[in-house]
Amino acid sequence: MSKLTRWGLKKSPWAFHLNTGSCNNCDIEILDALTPKYDLERFGITLIGSPRHADVLLVTGTVTMQTMPRVLRVYEQVPKPCLVVAVGACACSCGIFDGSYHVIGPLDKIIPVDVYIPGCPPKPEGIIDGVVKGLAKL
Amino acid sequence: MSLANVLQIAFAVLVFPGFLFTTAIGLASSWIDRKVSARLQWRVGPPWYQPIADLLKLFGKETIVGEGSSRATFLSAPYVGFAAVVVVSAILWMASIRPESGFVGDLIVVLYLLYVPSLALIVGGSASGNPFGALGASREMKLMLAYEASFLIAVFTLIIKNGGIVSLGGMVAYQQAGGAMLTQGVSCVIAFVVALIYVPAKLAVGPFDIPEAECELIAGPYTEYSGTPLAMFKITKAMLLCLLPVLLITLFGVSAWSPWAILWYVLILVFIILLRNTNPRLRIDQALRFFWGPMLALSLVGIVLAAFGL
Repeated sequence: MSKLTRWGLKKSPWAFHLNTGSCNNCDIEILDALTPKYDLERFGITLIGSPRHADVLLVTGTVTMQTMPRVLRVYEQVPKPCLVVAVGACACSCGIFDGSYHVIGPLDKIIPVDVYIPGCPPKPEGIIDGVVKGLAKL
Repeated sequence: MSLANVLQIAFAVLVFPGFLFTTAIGLASSWIDRKVSARLQWRVGPPWYQPIADLLKLFGKETIVGEGSSRATFLSAPYVGFAAVVVVSAILWMASIRPESGFVGDLIVVLYLLYVPSLALIVGGSASGNPFGALGASREMKLMLAYEASFLIAVFTLIIKNGGIVSLGGMVAYQQAGGAMLTQGVSCVIAFVVALIYVPAKLAVGPFDIPEAECELIAGPYTEYSGTPLAMFKITKAMLLCLLPVLLITLFGVSAWSPWAILWYVLILVFIILLRNTNPRLRIDQALRFFWGPMLALSLVGIVLAAFGL
């Protein structure tokens, strides 16, 4: 990756939000992080609708039997280089759903994860901090 | 044609006032658009280099071609639209910088070349093999059918008023001799209003962002695009954001190459941004009804008034 691309990636990470069977708690916190109060556009972060435009994949929830093939497909649809962020206790470690009959496992069992943001749900500040730390890794 | 001539034309198309110059203004305008929108929502907004960072990132990303898409068409569509806009930028600026350099009918060439980016979007969206892309392309097609008629009638109004001058350079020279078109009668004011509404529709922003409606259609025709082709679409859009106000200034406000043109440009840009931020998206049938109803009637009133010399 050239220096210019890396700079561009750090200054303009477009986020795609993927729910893999979450209870909606983390999703609400992600939307909170995008409100004018936190104003993520200051750092070039915008929420986009198509995985083809994404640089950051925000995944919430445990991976269930239903969503496992979809998670894989969406991950393959994202053009690389990209950053995968596991948001919330469920995506990091299955949380309270660990051992349920429909749960396949935490997100890193399916696709490579760059950043783990624990919490049930994590605060918007925590999500921003996680994404920033992940971008610093690039 | 001598070598010096060829180099001169290449410079005009690629550097000044063509590709590089127009892109710089267009990217700056798109930043102003985002910054003002942010301020209207009590936010701070992105830094000035945001559009450049977006483009550099997109150029470095992987380009994915979907399985169901028609590869050659899908990948070439953004470049076709981009090439057409680059040619428009050279012709349009040159008409103001050196009015004698144009050719008869360059206005018609510019109007036709302005169709091409929309057509490229339609072709690219349809070739992507994505249902959202196809739906976005069909909406873009309907939007084009909606806004073009009233705008063309507005341009005819001007041609009737100036006694049949169909070259951009000639129109600039005519206005330099007799004052801005906008001050030459009621019919021209009506034509200007119609042309002003055409700009956001052509750019597909504001209440007319129907083709890429992000909350219904993901990103419309852009859905399957990634990496460099998406960046080409972004550049094309930024250049159009610069060129459509410039076209309006050339047609109605004497010349796009004068200190006054900056004021004109800012006013038109502010109009687009405010319209975008204060109006919800129209449905495609509402847009079609709006352009084929009130706008067409208004432009017809304008052309009739022009025929009576008002």
